[in-house]
Order: sequence, then structure tokens, then C-alpha cells
Amino acid sequence: MSDFLQFVFSGLTVGAIYALVGIGFALIYNASHVINFAQGEFVMIGGMATVALIDLGVPLLPAALVAIAIAALVGVALEKLAIEPARNAGVVTLIIITIGASILVRGVVEVVLGKQFHRLPSFSGDQPILVGGATLHPQSLWIVGALVVLVVGLKLFFDRHPFGKAILATAHNRLAAQLVGIEVKTVLVASFALSAAFGAIGGILTAPLTLTQYDVGVMLGVKGFCAAILGGLGSPFGAVLGGLIVGLAEALAAGYVSSAYKDVVAFVMILLVLFFMPSGLFGTKGTERV
Amino acid sequence: MANPALGRWGGLIVLIVVVAALPLVLPNKFYYDIAVKTGLNALVCVGLNLLIGYAGQISLGHAAFFALGGYASAVLTTRYEWNGFLALGAGAVATGIVAYLVARPILRLKGHYLAMATLAFGIIVSLVLNREIWLTGGPDGITVPTLRLGDMRLRSAETWYWITGGALVVVTYLALNLIHSPSGRAIRALHGSEVAAETLGIDVARTKTMVFVLSAVIAAIAGSLFAHADRFITPNEAGFLRSVELVTMVVLGGMASTFGAIVGAALLTVLPQALAGFDEFKHIVLGAILVGTMIFLPKGLVPSLGALIRRWRR
Amino acid sequence: MTSLEVAGLAKSFGGVTAVDDVTFSITPGHIHSIIGPNGAGKTTLFNLVAGLYVPTSGTVRLAGQDVTALAPHQRAALGLGRTFQNLQIFFNMSAIENVMVGRHLRRRAGFLGSLFALPSAWADNREARAQAARLMARVGLEAYLDAEADAMPYGALKRLEIARALAAEPSLLMLDEPAAGLNPTETQEIDRLIQSIAADGITVVLVEHDMKLVMGISDHIIVLDHGRLLAQGTPAEVARDPQVVAAYLGGEPA
Repeated sequence: MSDFLQFVFSGLTVGAIYALVGIGFALIYNASHVINFAQGEFVMIGGMATVALIDLGVPLLPAALVAIAIAALVGVALEKLAIEPARNAGVVTLIIITIGASILVRGVVEVVLGKQFHRLPSFSGDQPILVGGATLHPQSLWIVGALVVLVVGLKLFFDRHPFGKAILATAHNRLAAQLVGIEVKTVLVASFALSAAFGAIGGILTAPLTLTQYDVGVMLGVKGFCAAILGGLGSPFGAVLGGLIVGLAEALAAGYVSSAYKDVVAFVMILLVLFFMPSGLFGTKGTERV
Repeated sequence: MANPALGRWGGLIVLIVVVAALPLVLPNKFYYDIAVKTGLNALVCVGLNLLIGYAGQISLGHAAFFALGGYASAVLTTRYEWNGFLALGAGAVATGIVAYLVARPILRLKGHYLAMATLAFGIIVSLVLNREIWLTGGPDGITVPTLRLGDMRLRSAETWYWITGGALVVVTYLALNLIHSPSGRAIRALHGSEVAAETLGIDVARTKTMVFVLSAVIAAIAGSLFAHADRFITPNEAGFLRSVELVTMVVLGGMASTFGAIVGAALLTVLPQALAGFDEFKHIVLGAILVGTMIFLPKGLVPSLGALIRRWRR
Repeated sequence: MTSLEVAGLAKSFGGVTAVDDVTFSITPGHIHSIIGPNGAGKTTLFNLVAGLYVPTSGTVRLAGQDVTALAPHQRAALGLGRTFQNLQIFFNMSAIENVMVGRHLRRRAGFLGSLFALPSAWADNREARAQAARLMARVGLEAYLDAEADAMPYGALKRLEIARALAAEPSLLMLDEPAAGLNPTETQEIDRLIQSIAADGITVVLVEHDMKLVMGISDHIIVLDHGRLLAQGTPAEVARDPQVVAAYLGGEPA
């Protein structure tokens, strides 16, 4: 039982990160119908920039805030400089553009901050908390707590705030949104910034647990993509569930089956979902008309 | 071009001339090795272009087929002491069967979902190659014996240059045949409009499967050749970034252009070597080239240049 | 023997019934038209017959054979051809290649024959090119033989789709709004083309909004309204039918 609880704790921790990356995928997909393969780089930027700023003597909180702002700026730059000029390009072209952007971002970070691993001190120490025979790292509470706060915040933003509603409306029907006077361009930029910020927060929160390096974004991006697809592309809240499911499945598989194959679980799961319910667990199926 | 056939076969002749003449300017083994890598990448890309450029189906997992071919050669020749050519054939057939089995469910998907599914398939293969150490040697890779043809040991960089060059010319010739044949038109029709293709009697699932298997088999053969040419292979060859690199070569050179795929493969193989002195800035330059090409020459280098030349001639 | 027989055919999307218990049959060798106001279910009916949609209930028979469970390409092999309301041109090919794809069912070379350029593939190419050129001339596109499809005007693309469908030598040809978006001269040309196709013995089923065209060339008209079969008969009978007049022709004096 305590084993199980242990696996659940680690699954939820990892899953929360996938969820944050997955939300990012969904936000950008909703606004632009682009799958942003540079999503993982936002996570990397968050962690790496925070570490770099702390090394410069900046305290944690301002360092984290600046790192989030940097990631958001990179997100905006990506939209303005790479996505917008290729507005009418096909799916493959857009995928390549975001992949190119991710290589570029990795390259810049590699040059500016080097190739070494970095570690961020934990926010509330490293003294594990005992719960039902399992240990819980305090940082895990930060991660899951942040996910809860961000998801609730996002929900309120979409439901209450006029601009949140505008984002939803644009995702639903771009043309109609334009007709009722929504600045679609602003929505696009904001979605990229918001999605980058979510990724960066994920990166900052996990850096104390998993170390960070210029290329940590690749696998996290792919797993976040899994979360987004599992939840049904374009559904941010579906992506949260998707991320938690992927994280839990990985942790349980690592614990009970084989830790060597924990990464395979996510991908086998995603293949099964795609084969048997191609619109994800929570997506809606579109009809094609000719 | 007034006669499209002229451009097609003219291109093949140019390719043959380039392959035949390149040794005149290759100064040493190091350059031959790069030429071999270029040729093998080009081989994969000519096949992958049939899938991406002509049939319009993305694959973000094609490195897996390359690695399956390479590992089939490596494992069968080292652990089971098979003849190298037999192992190459077996690897190609086995990879073809794997591709056939995954093709039906995977190719029903479209766009981002297809990208995700092929990506997942590729990562699963690369993880298995990493983990099954008893068979594959794990992350450290596996040494591959020299390929023998009778008593001849195919070992020198020059020998491999001619093997690769020959294979590239043959596969390019086959690809050109296919594109301008009834089956090739059916493949291109899928890209144009699947519904229209269906209503003209084209079995969409079967046609997609055929082209997927063909491109996988070509990748597997290239992988086997790579394993013997390098006499070493690691699971990195199956990795996600390697798959991305292959797609990038195709798109950079120009989708639906066989010679574009070759040019793209050559550029992205040679460029990192040329940037070797600026190792630090390699990724920045690569990333910038990718984004820039896609924005300013979205059709890719060769088709865009072709259009430019045609306009200039008028 | 009927060319096409539809019995109790129904299709709903979610809760919306687009085609509702439609039954009719079409005799070979005539021009049949399916008319009805927007949203009457005409294109859905076409897609059901072509096999692009799976019906909620009912059957489709082609030349007496039940094809309800067959895929679109299998129905094509049984002699069903069609064009599309929203163009479905292969824009990644030249005009003549578009029509050559139409020869797919008549090819002899298989995949390997194509790959290795066996004589059968050469023969296929020669035959397909000759047929395609002949058909393009027939629909009045001889000027576009070497054109890229994405460089052609709309009216020409409409005719290119017809040529492509004819290339498969269908026995039943369904044309989905062939005159939509065309000017009166072009419409007249399409009108003549349809009549000449029918004169060759191909059964034509037409979905069309242009009432003048429909009334002028149809031998038999089927009227749909809200997914249901409202009436059928000769143009004169349909035009007299009070239900049809009320539902459809009422607004516009034909």
C-alpha cells in the first residue's frame, strides 16, 4: 500500500509537469491550430533562466518572475517572427518551423548558459514528509499546488474575464470572433505568451527535483504533446487530465513492471488512444463535408 | 520546362555525373566519410519524400526504420554470424513487415495525430533498442563486422562511397519511375484529395500502406549499409531528433521533389561538418536556417529555385 | 434493371437527420436530377451513394448489387463516378495528370510494375495520356493540357473534374452542381456536355440549383425537402406538383 502511495505521489508530480506543458500545447493549438514543438523549450527556459539569475545573486522569487517573463517574450517572438509570417502554410511546414525554433532556442541557451546540468535549491527544503508510509518531497506539493492554482485561475480567466472569453471564442470560431470585434492577432500573441509562461512555471518548479540542462525540453515537450492528445487536442483542461494520467501510468509501470520501460508506457498508451479513440479522451469529433 | 520528362531524366543524369565526379575533389578519407553519410541520408530522404512529399503523410518516426535495418544487420552478423548481405535482406524484409503491421492503424490518422502516432512508434523502437542490452548492446551501441563479398572485405571509405552512390542512383531511378506511373499518380492523388482519389477507385488505405512500407524498406536498407560502413551503430540512430532531422532534410530540399530530398539531405549532412569549427553556434545556425527557409521558401529549396529559373527564362 | 436503387436510406449527424427514409430508383441511360432547397440533403445523399458516409439505415444498390457495405473505391470499380460541389482537384498535379488519375481502374501495371518501369507501366502511361488528352478536348480544355491544376480558372476546373470522372468510364455519373458559379455561356456549354455524356449511354444523376438547366435537360426529377423525398417524375409532373411548388418553386416563378 505504501509502495502504491509512493508511486502515486511521484506520478502526480511528474504528471503535473506534463499537464502544464500539455495546457501550453492546447492554448496555442486553440488560437492558431499550430502544434508547437518548441513547447518543451519554454520549460527549459524557465528552469535555466531562474538558475542563471540566482547565480547572479537575484533572490528566487524575482528570478522566477523574470524567467517567466523571458519565456513569455520568447513565446511572443516565436509567434510574431515565425508563426505569423507562415500563417497559411500547411501542417508539416508549421511543424518544421516550430522544430526549427526549438533547435534555435536550445542553441542560444547552449551558447549563453553552457551545456552543464544545473540544479535549483528546493523551495521549502529537502526534508521529506511522511504520508501513509510513503515519502513526499516538499517540492512535489509546490508542483501540484501550482497546477491546481493555475488551472483554477485559467478556468476563472476563461469564464469571467472578457479577454479570456475572447480567447475561447477565437478557438471556437475564428471568423465569428473577428466579426464581433475580437482582435484575433492579440489573442494569438497572448496565447503564445500564456502558454510559454505555463511551461516556464513548470520548468522552475521541477528544476529542484530533476536538474535542468539546455536540452531537457525535448522529452518534456513530447510527453506534454502526449498529454494534450490524450486529453483531446485543444482542450486545456483535458490536457491536465491527460498529463496526470500519463504521469501516473508511468510511475505505476515503473514501480510494478519495469523502470526501464516507464517511458514506453506513455507512448504505447497514446498509440492505443489514437487507434481506438482518435479524438482523445475528451475531444469532440468533427465531421468532414465534401 | 517544356518537357517534364527531360527535367526528370536530366536530373538523374546530373546525379550520376555528380556521384561519378565527386571523388575527383574529395581529398581524403574524412571527406569520403561525409560523402557516404550524405548518400545514406539522401537514400532515406528519397524514400521518405515519397511518403511526405508525394503521398502527403507525415512521419516523425522514420529513423526507427533506419535503425531497425541497421540493427538487423548488426545483430544477425555479430550474434548469429549471418552473411552480411543475407542479413541486409532479412532486415529489409523484417522492417517491411513491421511497417506493414503498423501502417493500417497509423495511416488512418491525419495531420497532428499522424505526427504523434509515428513519433510514438519511433520513440518506442528507440527505447527498446536502448533497453534490450543483451541483444543490442544498449545505449553504448554495437560493433558491426566488415561486410564481405566473397573474399573481398568492403572496408575502405572509397568502396563505401561507390556502394552508397550506386544505391542512391538506383533508388532515385526507381522513385522517378514510381512517381510517373499509375501507382505514383494514385499516391499523389492522396495528397491532393483523398475523397476524390477514393471515388476514382483508388484504395486509399492500401496505397498509403504501400508507400509507407516502401519508404520504410528503403530506410532499412540505408540503415544496414550505414551499420556496415560505420562498423558501429547506436540507438541514437532511432531517436526522435534523428527522425526530425530526416523530415527536415526532405522539407528543406523541397517536398514532392526527389532531387530536392537529395539536396536537403546533402545540405543538412554537410552543413554541421562545415560548422564544426563553430561547434557552439551549430544549433543556432541550423535552427535559423530551418525557420528561415520555411518562412521565405515554403516549397523548399529545389522547387523554389526551379520556379525562379523558369520565371527568369521567360 | 435499375442503375441505382436507394431504399429506406437515412443518415443523421448527431441529432440532425440530413436524409430521412429516402427511396427511389434510377433507370439506365437517362438524365436524372435531384433538386431541393438548401439543406434538403442532396449532397449528403450523394455522399451516401458514393460511400463516403455510412448510412444510419437503408440500402444502396448499384446495377442490382447491394453496395451498402462497400467502400467508395469498390463502388467506383462497379462503375460509379462523381464530381464534387466543392472542387476536389488534385492541385499537386498538372491538369492532364488529374485526368490520368481517372484511368486508375483501367491500369494494368501493379505497384512493382510501376516501380521497375515494366512495359505494362509504359503502356498504361501512354494509354492514360492519350485518353486524358481526348477527354480534355471533349470537355473543351485542350488549351490546358500542360497547365498546372493550381493555375487554372474555376470554370475550367469544374470541367476538369468531369473529364477526370469520365476517364474511369463510369456507367453512372453523379454531378454535384456542375454549373454552380458559372456564367450563362459556360452553363450552356456544361448543359451540352451533360447531354452528350448521356447520349453515350452513361446514366447521369445531377444535383443542380440552376432550375432552367434542370428543367431543360432532365428526363426524371427527384425532389428532396428536409431530407425527405417530396416528389418525383418528369419535369412537367414535378413542376405541377402542388407540394413541390409550395416547398421549393413557390418563391421563384420558374
